[in-house]
Order: sequence, then structure tokens, then C-alpha cells
Amino acid sequence: MPTFEYAPAPESRAIVDLRPSYGLFIAGEFVDPADGASLKTVNPATEEVLAEVAVAGPADVDRAVRAARNAFEGWSRMPGAERAKYLFRIARILQERSRELAVLETLDNGKPIKESRDVDVPLAAAHFFYHAGWADKLAWAGLPAGPDGVPQPLGVAGQVIPWNFPLLMLAWKVAPALACGNTVVLKPAETTPLTALAFAEICQQAELPPGVVNIVTGAGETGAAVVAHPDVDKVAFTGSTEVGRQIAATLAGTRKKITLELGGKAANIVFDDAPVDQAIEGIINGVFFNQGHVCCAGSRLLVQESVADDVLARLRRRMETLRVGDPMDKNTDVGAINSAAQLARITELVAAGESEGATRWSPPCTLPANGYWFAPTVFTQVSPAHRIAREEIFGPVLSVLTFRTPQEAVLKANTTPYGLSAGIWAEKGSRILWTADRLRAGVVWANTFNRFDPASPFGGYKESGYGREGGRHGLAAYVKEA
Amino acid sequence: MAARTTSNPPSDPPADAADADPAGSRVAVRKTYKLFVGGGFPRSESGRSYRVTDHHGRFTANAAMASRKDARDAVLAARKAFPGWAGATAYNRGQVLYRVAEMMEGRRDQFVAEVAAAEGLDGTGAGRVVDAAIDRWVWYAGWSDKIAQVAGAANPVAGPFFNLSVPEPTGVVAVIAPRASSLLGLVSVVAPVIVSGNTGVVLASQLRPLPAVILAEVLATSDLPGGVLNLLTGLTAEVAPWLASHEDVDGLDLAGASEDWGALERAAASTLTRVLRPAGTGAEAVEPDWTATPDGPRRILAFCEIKTVWHPTGR
Repeated sequence: MPTFEYAPAPESRAIVDLRPSYGLFIAGEFVDPADGASLKTVNPATEEVLAEVAVAGPADVDRAVRAARNAFEGWSRMPGAERAKYLFRIARILQERSRELAVLETLDNGKPIKESRDVDVPLAAAHFFYHAGWADKLAWAGLPAGPDGVPQPLGVAGQVIPWNFPLLMLAWKVAPALACGNTVVLKPAETTPLTALAFAEICQQAELPPGVVNIVTGAGETGAAVVAHPDVDKVAFTGSTEVGRQIAATLAGTRKKITLELGGKAANIVFDDAPVDQAIEGIINGVFFNQGHVCCAGSRLLVQESVADDVLARLRRRMETLRVGDPMDKNTDVGAINSAAQLARITELVAAGESEGATRWSPPCTLPANGYWFAPTVFTQVSPAHRIAREEIFGPVLSVLTFRTPQEAVLKANTTPYGLSAGIWAEKGSRILWTADRLRAGVVWANTFNRFDPASPFGGYKESGYGREGGRHGLAAYVKEA
Repeated sequence: MAARTTSNPPSDPPADAADADPAGSRVAVRKTYKLFVGGGFPRSESGRSYRVTDHHGRFTANAAMASRKDARDAVLAARKAFPGWAGATAYNRGQVLYRVAEMMEGRRDQFVAEVAAAEGLDGTGAGRVVDAAIDRWVWYAGWSDKIAQVAGAANPVAGPFFNLSVPEPTGVVAVIAPRASSLLGLVSVVAPVIVSGNTGVVLASQLRPLPAVILAEVLATSDLPGGVLNLLTGLTAEVAPWLASHEDVDGLDLAGASEDWGALERAAASTLTRVLRPAGTGAEAVEPDWTATPDGPRRILAFCEIKTVWHPTGR
């Protein structure tokens, strides 16, 4: 078969107007941090410094929480229909500035432009659109309500989000909080603060009342200060299970409401009657989407023994066609690893996989000289005891295990402390539903994978965290329990 | 004549303010008010029109007088648009309804003038009505992707089955628009019909049809696919019975019907058309206070079917 080379198809970065430095967004304005500290955010595909952003210390966090507290009364008492209009405005501005936001996200995060353009940004806008509609309809959402029949907001929400879907995770956090009448202090990830700062500007364009959204940049210490602040009523965190445990411990004994969306080690189960070509695409998408920096990634492939050879041969062939490289190229499938630290963690776990006896394979591919890169990798001969079968790698690495019966598939799938998501590939509907009933995971995809929608609740069982985001159920995290 | 003109109080402007040119040098271009069917603006196939007056009884325009054939054409257009509109994602339908609100906001002054003329309100009162009508579109836009979450259910049946109930649009809905509230009332009844994926044929207020025609002009530029909502103006007593008895009409909203609503419901019974009765008790038909925020998604669900899907579970 003849192969055709792709011509370069670079997206232009001219649409993005980066400032050399950014302050904190508090009470509707960009302000300097009290002690003037800053950090540099880097393009992981080139190691180029994109901008300097402020590091918020405890005094800055306190100032942001006070701004949110001051804004709370006005915002929570505003009729839901009026709050809704601000969220609709934000949704529209996200749509209007979608190209710019997509480019900015790709520069700061390293994910392929086609993903930020077609997934992250449209979904973020959709989240605001969806939750705008709830703002004046909370009485019909089946939630606990106050004396007037309307669910009551909690107050100030402290929200800490990860670097894998910076703007989308912001939307998941901010939209429901605001729809229910809360105000927020949000801490974006230290390696990907730029779209959150662009969002701050969008709040200004939407003329959102000052203090309703406050954004404090910084690293782990800033996040810890947000979480521990005594005047924060609710904490929402997406990130690692390890940090999630610390947050749960920090807030133990307080009355603060907590939602945690943590790690995962999802099983993607392929039965012998699976639609194979469709399943291959689902496996590829499941683990290589966003370089595998996805908490719900299908990082464990469980394939029925009788079809394993066929599935693996097709999988390797498909992996050979993946295009790894410049995230700004519109044909790129797998972009840059977000940071040197994450690359080190992936490299360490992959080395453990080899030393524990699993068989490693990657398609031939040339990686760029600068930046952080990891070739798509698949491990076979993996035993459930191997670290690569148990620990979250958060990179483009797939571990393959086999099973003989549906019971064995379920047992292996559930043998993990995590429980965020799972995939099932089969043509027989009853088998899909039987399996779905038995999987201890918050999201189960059947004959598809990595689908997200603002109307669909997302969140995990077990050590993947608690609470749900999105859908009617996601609102419960942002209203009083009685 | 001069004496009569000066005797008019200043608060009582000429019927068509746009006609008045102090210099008298330019004759205003008047607007033709037509039907809205299948995304286009035809005149009535009957070639008829009727005089529309303002609240003082002064002539304002000739509106198209729809015939039985126009009503059938409108139902046909609505049926044709149904699969595409019902098949659109709820998110998409919500965005289109929100877009209608955006477009109305852009033509707010025109709506205020039309509503003031039709309903005899002053500028402030008409402005409040128009604002409420715009907000009503936004309110219903938000329901698009929530109605299934509020009205649907996962049913724990006593057996190895997955069992899920979801609301679906019932089909083509004919709407007799409120008689008094020519814009807010109209929006309050058509938005809940189309938000779930139904398509509609609405018969505008007979005496106050002009704001409805302006609304149709907004709909035509709001990304609403042609045929999703079709608007007829004309004589209610002539057209409504044909819509009620039409075999391809699945739902009938009698919000603006008069005391003869029982006869329309009887006409609808032959094909078991779902009927939403007018407010009131007994035979009377009263127009509710449309300015109040709706008390829930009742009007949406009136024209939804509930579909329940069973599927066995087992390895």
C-alpha cells in the first residue's frame, strides 16, 4: 500500500496575545501578589517560557476569599434568571474566543490543537450553557431545599484544578458553583495557568460582578491555602489521589462540603464478540487521548483470550499510524508530556514494567529534540501484580491483560483501589449491561470511550474520589444539605 | 381638520408613528404582514387579508387571512421539519432558543412599539412585556437538556433488566395563541412546544396578530430550521377547527381558545390528539397572567410522550 506523507499544517499562534506577566484575579481586577513572588509557565513542546504568573501566598488567598465572601450576598440573592444570563454570556464569549483559547491551551499544556479545538473549548462552553439553564430551575432538580422551596448555596467554594484539561476543569468547577449561587476562589495548576487567566478576562467582558470569580495562581502551597482557609465553605478538587487524601484529612472535623475527583486505572474490556475495528479505535482513544493525561484513561486493556492475538496485532498496526509531535500541527494525534516531572514519573513506571518482566513495545517514531515527549507504548505479558497494572501512569502507556470468562473480566477490572471509569466492547447488549452492573466504577462506556457531556454526571467509586460533576447530580455538590 | 388635529392629546400619537414626517417630504415605507410557513413568508393562498386595528380602533395594517389550505400547508411544513428538529441534540435546540432571545433583544424597540400599539400599553408597560418575553425564551432554552433529567427515570424493575424512561416530543403541535397577550402569551406557549423537539403551527391572536408576525421574522433569522414553527394569522373560528381535527396534528394547545374550546377538543378526539386545555373552570376560558414565571415544565411535558426501554442483562 502506498503511504502518503502529511504536509505540515501548523496552527498560527498569532491569535494569542500573551502578556509577559500576569497578576492574581481578585474582586474583578488583576492585582499583584503581596510578596511579589512569581513562577514561569513553559510550553512543554519547546521548553520556551510563555509568561510569568504570580504566586499567591496566604495573604493573597485570604484577600481572594474575602472578595468572594463580599460578593456572595449579592450573587446568591440575585434572581436565578439573572445569574443565568451571566453564565449564558460567559458561554457565548467562550464560543466567540474559541480559537484563541484553543491555541493558548495547546501552547501551555502541550495537547494537540485538534483536541483543544474540538474537545476542551467547546465542552467548556457547553458546561456554562448547560448550567446557565439550571440557575433558575434548581427547584426542579430534586435537591434539598430551603424554606422557600429553592436549594440554598453553600457560600464560598475553594476549587483546585489539574493541568490535564485546564479550561475544561475550570468550567466543570465554576459553572455549577455559580449556577447554584456560590462564589469561587479557583487555583489553576502551576504548569497551566494561562487559560484560567484568559477566563478572568472573560469574566470582565461578561461584566460578572466583582468577586464572584477569583483566580489565584501558584503551586501546591497556594492550593493548600485555599483548601484550608477557614472561610471557605466547600472544597472541590480534581487531581491525584495522594493530594485528595491530604485534603480529606485537612477538612476532617470541619463542616465543609468536599468533592474529590481523583485518579483512575480504568479497565477497557474487550469481549470475543466485540466490533473489533471500533474497539481498536476506542482503545487508542481511551489511552492515547491527551497523551494519556486523563484520570479516566482506559490504561488497562482486558481482552478475552480467544481474540487477544488478533486485537493486539491490529492495535500495533493502528499505533504505527499515530502522529506524535508538534501539538500546534492540526494532524498531530499525540502531543507533548505536560512537564519534566510528569515525564520522569512515566519513565520510572515504564522502567518498572520492564524490570518486573512485562514486554514493552512502541511503534517507531521520531521525537522532537526539545520539549517533553514519550512515545505511545504498550505492555503485554502484564500480570495484575505488576506496578504498571496497579498504579496510575498518567501517560501514553497501555497495559494489556487477558481473561477467559466474563466473571474473570469483572474480577480483574475491579481489582484496583480506583473506580473512576471502565469500558466494555461487545455486540451483545445483555452482556454489556450484565458487565456494567458489576463494575465498581462511576462511569461505564459501552462501545465507546472518553465521552463527556455537561448533562452526564462524572466521578468515581472508591479511591477515585467522591461526589459527581455534571448533570443534575453534580448540582448537589453546591447546595446545602437541608 | 386643523382643529381636530390639535384637539388630539399629545399622548395619543398617530396610529403609525413611522408615517409621520414633520417635514412631510417623505412617505414612509410600510410593512406587509404575511404568514410564516416552512421558513418562508407567503401571503395566504386565498389572497385574502383582514383589517388589523390598534387599541383605539384605528387601521394599522392588513394581515394575511389564512385559509384551510394554508393551515394544511403549515401542518405539512411542520411534519417535514419534525425528524430533523426532534433528532437535533438537546444542546443544539437550547442554543437555537437562546439565539431567538438574542435576536429579540436586538429588535426590542420594534417589539415594544408593536406591543404598545396592539395591547394599548404605554412604553414602560410594553417594555416590561417584551423583556419578559425575551426572558421566557431563555428560561425554556435552559430546559432543553434538563427535561429528560427531571422527567425521566431509571426504573428498578424486579428482574434482570435495564429499564429507562425518557420523554420524547409528541410530534406536530397546533397552538391557538392567547388572545390578549399578543407577544408574551404567544412566546409562553410556543417555546415549551418546540424546546423538546416538537414542531408547531401557531394561530396568532386574531385581533392582535402583528407582534406575532414580527416574532416570525425573528425566528427566520435565529437558526431555527424552516418549518419548526409556522405562524398563521386569520380568523380563529375559521382556522382552529381545521387544525384541531387534522389527522397529522398530534397535540393541540388551546391556550387562546374561547368558550368554544370544548368543541375543538371534541374535534381533536377523533385522532386522539393530546389537548392542553385553556385555564379556567368549567366551560370558561381565561387567560392566565403570563408575566409570572412558569410553575415548572408543565407545558413542555404536555406535549411529550414517555418512552420506556427494556433491555435484558446477562452474560
